Amino acid sequence: MIDFGNVFILAQKELRDAGRNRWFMLYALAFTGLSLALAWMALKSAGNYGLAGFGRTSASLINLILLIVPLMGLTLGALALAGEREQGTLLYLLAQPINQAELLLGKFVGLALALVAALGLGFGLTAALIAVNGGGAQIDIYLALLGLGCLLAIASLSIGFLISALTPRGSTAVGVALFLWLILVFIGDLGVMGTALVLQLDVNQLFALALANPLQLFKIAAVYSLRQNLEVLGPAGIYALRTYGSQLLPLLVGLLLAWVLLPFLAATFSFRRKGIL
Amino acid sequence: MAEPIIRVTHLTKRFGSLTAVDDVSFDVQPGEAVALWGANGAGKTTALRCLLHLAPFSGEATIAGLDVKKQGKAARYQVGFVPQELSFHDDMSVGETLVFYARLKKVAGGTDFTPLLERLELLDHVRKPVRDLSGGLKQRLALALALLADPPILILDEPTSNLDIRAREDFLRFLYELRRDGKTLVFSSHRLEEVRALADRVLLLEAGRLVLAAPPRELERELGRTTSLYLALAAPAVDPAFALLESSGLAVSRNGGHGLRVQVPSDAKSEPLRVLHEAGIDVEDFTVE
Repeated sequence: MIDFGNVFILAQKELRDAGRNRWFMLYALAFTGLSLALAWMALKSAGNYGLAGFGRTSASLINLILLIVPLMGLTLGALALAGEREQGTLLYLLAQPINQAELLLGKFVGLALALVAALGLGFGLTAALIAVNGGGAQIDIYLALLGLGCLLAIASLSIGFLISALTPRGSTAVGVALFLWLILVFIGDLGVMGTALVLQLDVNQLFALALANPLQLFKIAAVYSLRQNLEVLGPAGIYALRTYGSQLLPLLVGLLLAWVLLPFLAATFSFRRKGIL
Repeated sequence: MAEPIIRVTHLTKRFGSLTAVDDVSFDVQPGEAVALWGANGAGKTTALRCLLHLAPFSGEATIAGLDVKKQGKAARYQVGFVPQELSFHDDMSVGETLVFYARLKKVAGGTDFTPLLERLELLDHVRKPVRDLSGGLKQRLALALALLADPPILILDEPTSNLDIRAREDFLRFLYELRRDGKTLVFSSHRLEEVRALADRVLLLEAGRLVLAAPPRELERELGRTTSLYLALAAPAVDPAFALLESSGLAVSRNGGHGLRVQVPSDAKSEPLRVLHEAGIDVEDFTVE
């Protein structure tokens, strides 16, 4: 039986700790600063009219989110359990009248809220800059991108959590998380293309391979929200739109939600099986 | 006899091929002070952690009638725990730490910890970050946290191992008062003097197995423990004292020009002093090791 009062207490503490985490604050500030810079450039490139400010900014934000948000989520998640296990604070927490599920859920919810707050800060200030400059068009796209960015952040956190549950030391967990980030961000696209060429994959297999990467899920969903077509993504994009039509976005969001849920459940299972010692 | 407040039955904990705790069973009565005694690696810490169900184990353990495997959370409400390695969140202040753990323990009566902090002499440190506390103060904070919800049982893992002699004495005084107040104490230690001062009963662990459960005095006899007594004497008294102690059956040797070293059972340290006093030989000073 989960006591949500305990989950709330632990989530509050995680949120407060994230605010004191220098690396996390640095990432959040970098994301905000770069968002503002991209919005400013998008507004300038639209001339003095500021037309379609949110739409243009959303397009340029996609790559920024793909780069920074998974890094924030993965590293924050990787330190969540392994760091505290190493310090001994996790053992002391579990010696209190709480259960493992409450501890894991409290930590996860607190860190997810911290990520959402960091994204909210970046998106909020950027929205204010666009609004002040009169570029209020296509705010719905901008909000959709915020929602998808939050989902990607929480999915990355969940994967980081799993790494943390499987790794005994904080430094190892962060190392693994950074390596995975590198694979997902930089080798993801090239890897899929290379594999497709070597194995001569069909377009449907290529699309299925892309869906295995949460960053690709985000990218496809974000581009689709922005343009309502996926021609820019090549044959796999065209195939996806023709095959799934209006069901594509729910499918992509559902798969991102699966990336949130499944690694977290696997982390819980691993943590419960191994115990804290 | 009352129903035991702690019951451990066939507790076994393995880490791969290593058996850290091997088929250990014992009961603890309410208000009793029980020490787990043994060398490093004997399984004391692992046994205590299993009792709190911090790791899966085979066998059974109940606290206040609650099965720690099935009702672990309810069982831990009955316990205050002081770990060997004091691991708090260093960036929190003493006050914040108390509030955080009080909320988790559902402590009734708000957040006024003044009486507890006064008792443990922590009141002046309430605003300090935990990282700025000395080892002794951290240990007192650990005890304060353990006592927040006024649990009937305290489980302490090597509570004085990281303390200097002054801090150790202070901490043992607090524990003695708690024992007098009726708390049930289960603690691990490898210091015999600590066990002797505090425990009603000692559980001797060797390589994970429980080899003896007895009062501290009996344990000392069982172990054949002896203490070295160093006696400082006036120069003319050394030779007669040596002869007298030797003839009394004590293991005596010379220790420099004005001293003797006598090996005595730990529960009979005054014996050489009595023998010399009765013979009219003055002892100028003595130390015990």
